[in-house]
Amino acid sequence: MPFIANTDDDRRSMLQAIGVGSFEELIPDIPSEFCLKEALSLFPSMSEMEVASLLDRLASANRTSPDYVSFIGGGAYDHYIPAALKTIVSRSEFYTAYTPYQAEVSQGTLQAIYEYQSMICRLYGMSVANASLYDGATAMAEAVSMAMNVTGRSTVLVAGKIHPNTSAVLKTFIEAGGKASVVQNVLTDGVCDIAALESRMSDQIAAVIVQQPNFYGCLEDVEAIGALARSHGALFIVSADPVSLGLLNAPGRYGADIAVGEGQPLGSALNFGGPYLGIFAVAEKYVRKIPGRLVGMTKDRDGEDGFILTLQTREQHIRREKATSNICTNQALNALQAVVYLSLMGKDGLCQVAEHCLQKAHYLADKIADLPGYSLRFAGPFFREFVVNTPVDASVVVNTMMEKGFFAGYDLGIHDDSGLLIAVTEKRSRAEMDSFVENLGAIS
Amino acid sequence: MNIPADLLYTKDHEWIKVLDDGTTALVGITDFAQSELGDIVFVETKPVGTELSEHDVFGTVEAVKTVADLFAPVDGVIVEVNEALDAAEVVNSSPYEDGWMVKVSLKDASQFDALMSAAEYSEMVGE
Repeated sequence: MPFIANTDDDRRSMLQAIGVGSFEELIPDIPSEFCLKEALSLFPSMSEMEVASLLDRLASANRTSPDYVSFIGGGAYDHYIPAALKTIVSRSEFYTAYTPYQAEVSQGTLQAIYEYQSMICRLYGMSVANASLYDGATAMAEAVSMAMNVTGRSTVLVAGKIHPNTSAVLKTFIEAGGKASVVQNVLTDGVCDIAALESRMSDQIAAVIVQQPNFYGCLEDVEAIGALARSHGALFIVSADPVSLGLLNAPGRYGADIAVGEGQPLGSALNFGGPYLGIFAVAEKYVRKIPGRLVGMTKDRDGEDGFILTLQTREQHIRREKATSNICTNQALNALQAVVYLSLMGKDGLCQVAEHCLQKAHYLADKIADLPGYSLRFAGPFFREFVVNTPVDASVVVNTMMEKGFFAGYDLGIHDDSGLLIAVTEKRSRAEMDSFVENLGAIS
Repeated sequence: MNIPADLLYTKDHEWIKVLDDGTTALVGITDFAQSELGDIVFVETKPVGTELSEHDVFGTVEAVKTVADLFAPVDGVIVEVNEALDAAEVVNSSPYEDGWMVKVSLKDASQFDALMSAAEYSEMVGE
């Protein structure tokens, strides 16, 4: 059969062959109110050249981070991506959707995933990392699901401010499924109120979740939160920004049972919000409880290193309804970008990126705090991101600054909050920041 | 195929051995089961104190390419778990001795009547 759309005659003869008069007779279970009654409103047919021209025109209406000086963060960051990265990950051996089940033809892909897992373990201070999940939010949902399986408990406490999108994903994955309830903690000056958290702890808590740095960019007292979790037999889940770990303590070093994170800052472009990279790592005793796939290293019969998908009996395609998770997919290309990024930067390079983020963010925060009408919303320490109170609504600041060539930040009004969340990566120069402050000062 | 005469068997390929005290018994999987599973890499059982009814799942046995549930042959309470199974391959090498899985405190001796003798189990697995 040729790969072309079927004609009205083709459809008639197929329907006749199976003994029905119309396509609708095949789908009587769909209530009629959900069926489209009129024709789709489509463009008239066009030539390839016309389509290409139309798409170019539409695409050029986008304004992306290279066109503007970007201070937007809130979970997706405008970090520099080394030029070599794109060349390496574009190699045809890697640039495929093929899943590496057949170890004998997939050694390169499997080794890359193994190296990714190893680097994530070192970065996060954990014993085992999986081959990655869809994004940071789904990694968190899988972590909560795992914690409930391990503890047999069904309430999860959020310590401090996690990303509202992560909360929404937890609602979809965990609460809507009737599996557990997720309880938000109260904040004091932008971070977890430890005393309030302690008052909510009980022996029914499956896990305590913390994001470090939190959604506001503030640093949480992760040691105290972890100690509280442990003292009640709850698992301690930490969502850590991978770049921040160039400077901050690794979750494994302060007792995280499960460490997750959004891996976009490790060499993934902003991509209009995805595909991103879900980092997921655990302490060794949970190796048989983790979701997703895992690549292991072994020796072949000639004593050479070999790589293979391992511990697959946990997975859905073998254990079916008893699988630890229904996730059988990883974000292989983004994981590859992460491993190439980390390899190119090296340990010192990553520390330097983190140092630049920290210093530049503080430089900018100090400058903005000096502007009339502006102030920092929180007094505590932060890493590369901070919340600013603005003299006019944050959305007005964002729109006005766009006309000046800046993405001013993340308008917290989107989440029924207030203020402007400003992120500073190593890409921002002093000149850009000074010009940004000058333009901000003109808004009042 | 090794099918000791002094044990009782289930159709799910567990064996049970009543100990001399008459009130406790060891439970494991048969030589046939371990050979069907292949290289066993992990055994997980419910903890001491777990109450079991006949045919309850009391754990899982994991081989390289598959995993199987373990079913309680009779009612009872788990009173001991075999610590030696940290080296799970012992189930392959010694399914009836060193590779026992749990010791259970027995509830109802009449349940033994429903289990298979070595001869019956041997017939079931085609030996």
